[in-house]
Amino acid sequence: MDEKFDVAIVGAGPAGISAACVLADRGVKTIVLERGEYPGAKNMFGGVLYGHALEQIIPDYVQRNCPIERNIVETRLSYLSRDAGLSFTYRDRVFFEQRRNNAFTVGRAKFDRWFADQAASKGALIVCATVVTDLLKDEGGRVVGVTTDRSGGDLYAKVVLLADGVNSPLALKTGFRSEVKPENVALAVKEVIALPEEVIDERFGVSPGHGVTNEIMGDVTLGMNGIAFLYTNRNSISIGIGANLADFARQKTRPYEIIESLKTHPMIAPLIKGGKSKEYMAHWLPEGGYDTVPGLCGDGFLIAGDSAMLFNALHREGSNLAMTSGRFAAETILEAMETRDFSSWGLQGYARRLNESFVLRDLKKYRKFPSFLETHKELFSSLPVAASMAVREMLTVDGVPKKARQRAIWKAISAKVPPLRLLRLVWDAWRSVR
Amino acid sequence: MSVKVEDKLFLDRFNVDEESHLRLLEPDVCFEWCDDQPCLYICPANVYKLEKDRISVNYEGCLECGSCRVGCPHFNIEWRFPRGGYGIRHKFG
Repeated sequence: MDEKFDVAIVGAGPAGISAACVLADRGVKTIVLERGEYPGAKNMFGGVLYGHALEQIIPDYVQRNCPIERNIVETRLSYLSRDAGLSFTYRDRVFFEQRRNNAFTVGRAKFDRWFADQAASKGALIVCATVVTDLLKDEGGRVVGVTTDRSGGDLYAKVVLLADGVNSPLALKTGFRSEVKPENVALAVKEVIALPEEVIDERFGVSPGHGVTNEIMGDVTLGMNGIAFLYTNRNSISIGIGANLADFARQKTRPYEIIESLKTHPMIAPLIKGGKSKEYMAHWLPEGGYDTVPGLCGDGFLIAGDSAMLFNALHREGSNLAMTSGRFAAETILEAMETRDFSSWGLQGYARRLNESFVLRDLKKYRKFPSFLETHKELFSSLPVAASMAVREMLTVDGVPKKARQRAIWKAISAKVPPLRLLRLVWDAWRSVR
Repeated sequence: MSVKVEDKLFLDRFNVDEESHLRLLEPDVCFEWCDDQPCLYICPANVYKLEKDRISVNYEGCLECGSCRVGCPHFNIEWRFPRGGYGIRHKFG
């Protein structure tokens, strides 16, 4: 490819495509390189996208037939032990109408393709089935383009945006980001289970087009720092479970075994009963938080989305951070086009934008949360068991006076989790998120 | 519970390249230096299997997560993306 571009974007995910849309809209000559056969072919996430972030890029995304599966009207949080569990549910009519597109589920194979089509219709060039294998640098170390696995695949650009996701051997190779440490990512596996639309409506008690998300914690991760989820799509359910990769290695637990055991839990099994598994996938979540975010730009390049470890684990927000960082990267590049300064100095506006926005402000607020989870493993072992036991005993009607019962419960709990430790846990939890 | 990962991988669509994108750099290291052999457990596709005198690499079912690369305590796995267009192709994602 002898053609020279203004901007080369690596990766056709939410971050890369958001940037491509903004840039192409302003007439900037933009190319997006995607290693999959089509945008979305390699991409996977839990399943929830946020309307607000998408609206900033494509204001009329609903009219443009964005492939929305279901608008989320109900959020469930569950705390499960092996054979029981507590659940907290919030449903709000506001999410039926006024804020109906606040959060919705999508399948990435469809959504990313649709999103890339929007960028293409604005004039961006999307090239699939192409792996970027290295970055081209000049003598001064400035990034001036990319090398691909196509023959004659060197491609020059004024600036390169790395939006190639959490698993980026490229970022490692170029020294922009150090190799991922197992403790800084969660390995998640997910299955898509097909069920008729009406069956899902009925099981979750929702109207057509409305959906439910269920975040699940407890000892379903067998003591590992992790989380599971179950999201409704139009005619399928996404179920997944993930845990810290270092925990997986330490514990020698097989990812496909814990998802299988989750599927048999008494609170989960009825929801997916009769469904047929359609797909099985695995992906990392960049859970390290603020302290693992790398340098965000350098001479001739910027990093966005999962590649920059922009992920809010507590609020399961990632795609919106990716889209927003992609948009900020594009806005910064537009400024740099004016001044013709693509040096790290000229691209500083990107770091400033991220720092001033919810993206890094939220990550900063929760910077201690990842280590809180990592150092309080009872959250995933003894505590859910104790919680279930307490409720089970209180609900059992067998003539034992309540006071004696409470005493017995408290005794059993404090044998498992000492009261001081429990107090400490609440205090640490509050400190890690305040 | 015995779960066959093959049943799960059977659901997926792969465009398999003739050449592996995964390689054990020094196969001896896995036996002589690696007590835990975490690759045998953490891989969600069970790509790495223990054979009599070696670890086999069944790259065809790789889900491309990268866990083996960073999970190998000896950094003994050479890991690259499959060639453009090859590897897993998500249907739903």
